[in-house]
Amino acid sequence: MQKRDTWLLPQGIEDVLPKDARQLESLRRQLLDVFACWGYELVIPPVVDFLDSLLTGSGHDLDLQTFKLTDQVSGEMLGVCADITPQVARIDAHNLKHTRPTRLCYVGTTLRTLGDSLEKTRSPMQIGAEIYGHSGIESDLEVIRLMLEMLSVTGLQNIHLDLGHVEIYRSLAEQSGLSEAQETELFDALQRKARTELDELVDSFDIAENYKAIFKTLPTLNGGVDVLVKASKVLANTGDIVLKALKELQTVADKLNGLFPSLPISFDLSELRGYHYHTGIVFASFVPELGREVARGGRYDNIGEFFGRARAATGFSADLKLLNSLVKQTNEEDTAQLVYAPLADDAALTEVIRDLRAQGIAVVQQLPGHVDEIKELVCTGMLEKQNQNWVIKPLG
Amino acid sequence: MLTIAVSKGRIYDDALPLLEEAGIVPIDNPKTSRKLILRTTKEDVQLVIIRATDVPTFVEYGAADMGIAGKDVLLEHGAESLYEPLDLGIAKCRLMTATPVDAPKIEGRIRVATKYVKTAQRYFADIGVQAEIIKLYGAMELAPLVGLADCIVDVVDTGNTLKANGLEPRELITHISSRLVVNKASMKMKHQLIQSLLDQFEKTLAKRQ
Repeated sequence: MQKRDTWLLPQGIEDVLPKDARQLESLRRQLLDVFACWGYELVIPPVVDFLDSLLTGSGHDLDLQTFKLTDQVSGEMLGVCADITPQVARIDAHNLKHTRPTRLCYVGTTLRTLGDSLEKTRSPMQIGAEIYGHSGIESDLEVIRLMLEMLSVTGLQNIHLDLGHVEIYRSLAEQSGLSEAQETELFDALQRKARTELDELVDSFDIAENYKAIFKTLPTLNGGVDVLVKASKVLANTGDIVLKALKELQTVADKLNGLFPSLPISFDLSELRGYHYHTGIVFASFVPELGREVARGGRYDNIGEFFGRARAATGFSADLKLLNSLVKQTNEEDTAQLVYAPLADDAALTEVIRDLRAQGIAVVQQLPGHVDEIKELVCTGMLEKQNQNWVIKPLG
Repeated sequence: MLTIAVSKGRIYDDALPLLEEAGIVPIDNPKTSRKLILRTTKEDVQLVIIRATDVPTFVEYGAADMGIAGKDVLLEHGAESLYEPLDLGIAKCRLMTATPVDAPKIEGRIRVATKYVKTAQRYFADIGVQAEIIKLYGAMELAPLVGLADCIVDVVDTGNTLKANGLEPRELITHISSRLVVNKASMKMKHQLIQSLLDQFEKTLAKRQ
């Protein structure tokens, strides 16, 4: 039976058509150039990999998001890359084996079984940068600054930065003696800041009263810099790990304030994006055009352990297609030169065309039987023979 | 500008006094006006009037910064991409199973008619019952009477509709009330505006108790 709608693409999969593709590619190059200028080396991991190494250190979510197939050669399960970060970590830990800090960046198409609940695409183009081999706020700060640079080069305005720290909740859960199941349940309620459920849940736990009070306050610890002041009171007697985390947040915020005085920064101590693999400061950036974060990242120390070498790591990623869609469509098309050349068997013409193309000017030469082509193409000029010389006659 | 999504009907009526205490009074009346966007007396706040089941969608995409939605709708929608910081304690009811009066307990797989497909699936899986869910958009009470289903899952307020159709409530799945939901990005980018409204609502709610 002939299949109808053979042009139809699978759900969440899209073509990028010329106008968008031109802008997307230009953005991709610009961003990779920026990363290169900051000393981040480009790596291109494969699109399929052994499932085990793709799912390293990640939670159940990524497992569900990964398309799987059986490798006929090894008999092992392969996965189609749904998140490039674990592969980059593998490259750092196993292939490069530097003892010095390693800065890597990547861009590539990923595939996801379900897609994001909001962005309906199942094939984001993931772009990101990571630092391996340094544990401390200096590298956190560097990747945050690079992320902001990426957004600014993209042309986004009114960027907003949100900071959090997963060690606060992790340490509180450990200190209060929450079971793994309780920790997960509480985590879910915290992510929704669902205070009613959270209160009921915490009351049902058999933990010390002071921790109950802290967990109930946690979802309110979000907002401007005053949150850290409030948090240092609420969390005063909760040990060194928590206090160190708060101090790290304060230091990073102070430094960023100095560097970007007009950057709005908010804090959210119950925001635990990527709680399963993050181990320190987590961050996300927002823009007014979008009801969700536009780029995000954080620290995930020890990810390389699976590949034989634990390394400190921090980095960020974003969907390049999403970034591109937020950029105001430029009318570059109108300004780019396009020269039309007639169909002529003339060595001089061929020479002129070659020269123009070498200068980076686009030249389209007429094909037989398409005399009217020039009317549909938006040409800025046309090659004409005047006094034995081929010259460009401006059009339009 | 802050946009609040509210659904028509009971939730809207119950939410009005709360909004009023926070200084938000719609200039147009949605019952007489056909406008979907209502300006309010608070210049930087507008209301959008949409279907109850659409409220989480509008808010999670940021088409509205905040919304008022029943817990039943949030459970069914899957609201992990939203904040739900306040229980407004309005439009209270219960999500329950109901069967014909004196119906015997069914062994094995049961057929359940409901508009809460995911919630029902989760509930029956949790209690270890295999259930076949039949999605209906309304008049659930009819399903057991005409042999379409053994049982229904629906919100129960007074129970009068059940009684009138020879059904009785059985198991409580959860208590329902309306929640204030907030878009995650708005919560961060319009924090002061939203936090001041949250505080105001909380004050009003505390007074009511």
